[in-house]
Amino acid sequence: MSTPLLSLKGINKSFGPVHVLKDVDLDVYPGQVTALVGDNGAGKSTLIKCIAGIYTPESGEVIFAGQKVTIDGPRAATALGIEIVYQDLALCDNLDIVHNMFLGREEKKGVTLNETSMESLARKTLDGLNVRTVKSIRQTVSSLSGGQRQTVAIARAVLWNSKVVVLDEPTAALGVAQTEQVLNLVRRLADKGLAVVLISHNLNDIFQVADNIAALYLGKMAGQVKKSDVTTNQVIELITTGKSEGVTK
Amino acid sequence: MTTQPVLEKETLKGAGANYLSRVKAGDIGSLPAVLGLVSLIAVFGAMSEYFLTNRNFANLITQAAPVMVIAMGLVFVLLLGEIDLSAGYASGVCGAVLVLLVTNHGWSWYSALGASIVIGALLGTLIGTLVSRLGIPSFVVTLAAFLAFQGVLLLLAGEGGTIPIADKTILAVENSNLTPTQGWILWAVTSALYVVGGLNRINSRRRAGLVVELTQLWAMKTVALLIITGGAVFELNQERGLSATNSTKGVPIVAPLILVILVAGTFLLSKTAFGRHIYAVGGNAEAARRAGINVKRVRTIAFVLCSSLAAVAGMLFASRMNSISPSTGGSSTLLYAVGAAVIGGVSLFGGKGRMRDAILGGLVVAVIDNGMGLLGYGAGIQFLVTGAVLLVSAGVDAVSRRGALTN
Repeated sequence: MSTPLLSLKGINKSFGPVHVLKDVDLDVYPGQVTALVGDNGAGKSTLIKCIAGIYTPESGEVIFAGQKVTIDGPRAATALGIEIVYQDLALCDNLDIVHNMFLGREEKKGVTLNETSMESLARKTLDGLNVRTVKSIRQTVSSLSGGQRQTVAIARAVLWNSKVVVLDEPTAALGVAQTEQVLNLVRRLADKGLAVVLISHNLNDIFQVADNIAALYLGKMAGQVKKSDVTTNQVIELITTGKSEGVTK
Repeated sequence: MTTQPVLEKETLKGAGANYLSRVKAGDIGSLPAVLGLVSLIAVFGAMSEYFLTNRNFANLITQAAPVMVIAMGLVFVLLLGEIDLSAGYASGVCGAVLVLLVTNHGWSWYSALGASIVIGALLGTLIGTLVSRLGIPSFVVTLAAFLAFQGVLLLLAGEGGTIPIADKTILAVENSNLTPTQGWILWAVTSALYVVGGLNRINSRRRAGLVVELTQLWAMKTVALLIITGGAVFELNQERGLSATNSTKGVPIVAPLILVILVAGTFLLSKTAFGRHIYAVGGNAEAARRAGINVKRVRTIAFVLCSSLAAVAGMLFASRMNSISPSTGGSSTLLYAVGAAVIGGVSLFGGKGRMRDAILGGLVVAVIDNGMGLLGYGAGIQFLVTGAVLLVSAGVDAVSRRGALTN
């Protein structure tokens, strides 16, 4: 494997007496989809919140592009080029697609918003991702389907020349056709050279798009393996028991 | 492979169908207010011969002005999904400060007005801070402020109760008119700016290769707007004095003041990042926070704007009544203002509404008030009808929202 773009080493995080993350290591490679799996309560959300800068780990190192960094807030993560697409999407229903994509980072001309440049850039980003399902990018998000909303959220994350995109269960609430669309989009992100972290419960999805798989078990990293080296059953064992015959950490 | 943005060839028919489907989907905008206003005017016009006279038209504008200004301030707060019950008495308190400074302390009208707006901004800062930093529901904070401001107003007005004001400039705002020429200049300049601004927007979008609003449709809307406003200026410029010696004609001075607040507020809401953030916080506060928007700051500023505009309304009350009394801004003022915003199309759930909705709704409320008064109905019936109209518009808001959600 090439050198990881983002590398977590020995991350620990507790909430009071609950030790949620125990010496967790994770490597995220550019141009690859790294699937993060684990049962409910395994610590997946806590781990990505550490990457997003929402939680600060008690100990452990974060290495980004070869440099040791501290991510002490959402803005620090954004500055590094790390974007998170949350499960509940964090879109404003009452705003249109362009407004949502630029929310909090509006382009301005003097004091006024530069609507034409934002709209052009939004259009270009969606075209670059081969998104054709959205008819008008001036329609409000409330009128979009689940898959389209997910697409907008992902497009927002890549708008900023981001390097790492973390997707929290992007297909959880979607139908078959829409899941397919979103998974294709996830694959295209990695093919464009981004480092993608995909959190999912759906092993079919993971085996379809992931390059390597990291399994958390009760707050410990049970193993990070190449997809080609494992079978579905071995991944299930990692998720449910924390170990599997023939899988080396 | 890249796709060129398709320049959709829209037709008038297509635009009409689009609008219909939007209405069906629950995005009704100001349609109920416009229909309501037209039918109310028709009914009152048929029932009272005085209702459609120039004199009553001018009277209607000055009558509606203070409530409209409070309603425009409330738009900022309502867009966040919050409420400010204290805006009415805030206008009373600020009006009292203005009148006291001018009448008892000999301040000039402009420094007194400035001071009263600063007081309004401070009251708004207090309310906004309590709501956004401590997280007390705005309903409770402003209900407390509603009582407290009523007390402050009583203390300021003192035992006698009424503080008169004789300053010519302040009194002119609600009681004098522009000359007919000034009225036409105002109309021509505003119309020219409106047309140039619209053409500019269309051209810059066309240059950037974006989908352009149907020019034909824009032209029709603009011409309609110019005819309506031009007609209003023409009517107001007719003689409406009661006697030959006392000539009264022209656009009331308060009209350009309202226009300025409307334009400034619309600019702030639709053209600046701050305005966009207000809509975002009202639509999904958590999404706004994650996008890096300082939600607490946005909330606080919205309350500051609301109370500051209430201070301007306080000046209008002082001008209209020639005085400030302990009941200024009390009684039905606040509910009329909230009603005006909601009737105009501002959603009580936050995230939806525009500045001009407050004007439109303010006109509906004023027409009901004025028309029922002319027909000889007492205050009891007027309150009943206004309450019913407010309930109906809040109901329309809730139902259309449900329609939008289930789609």
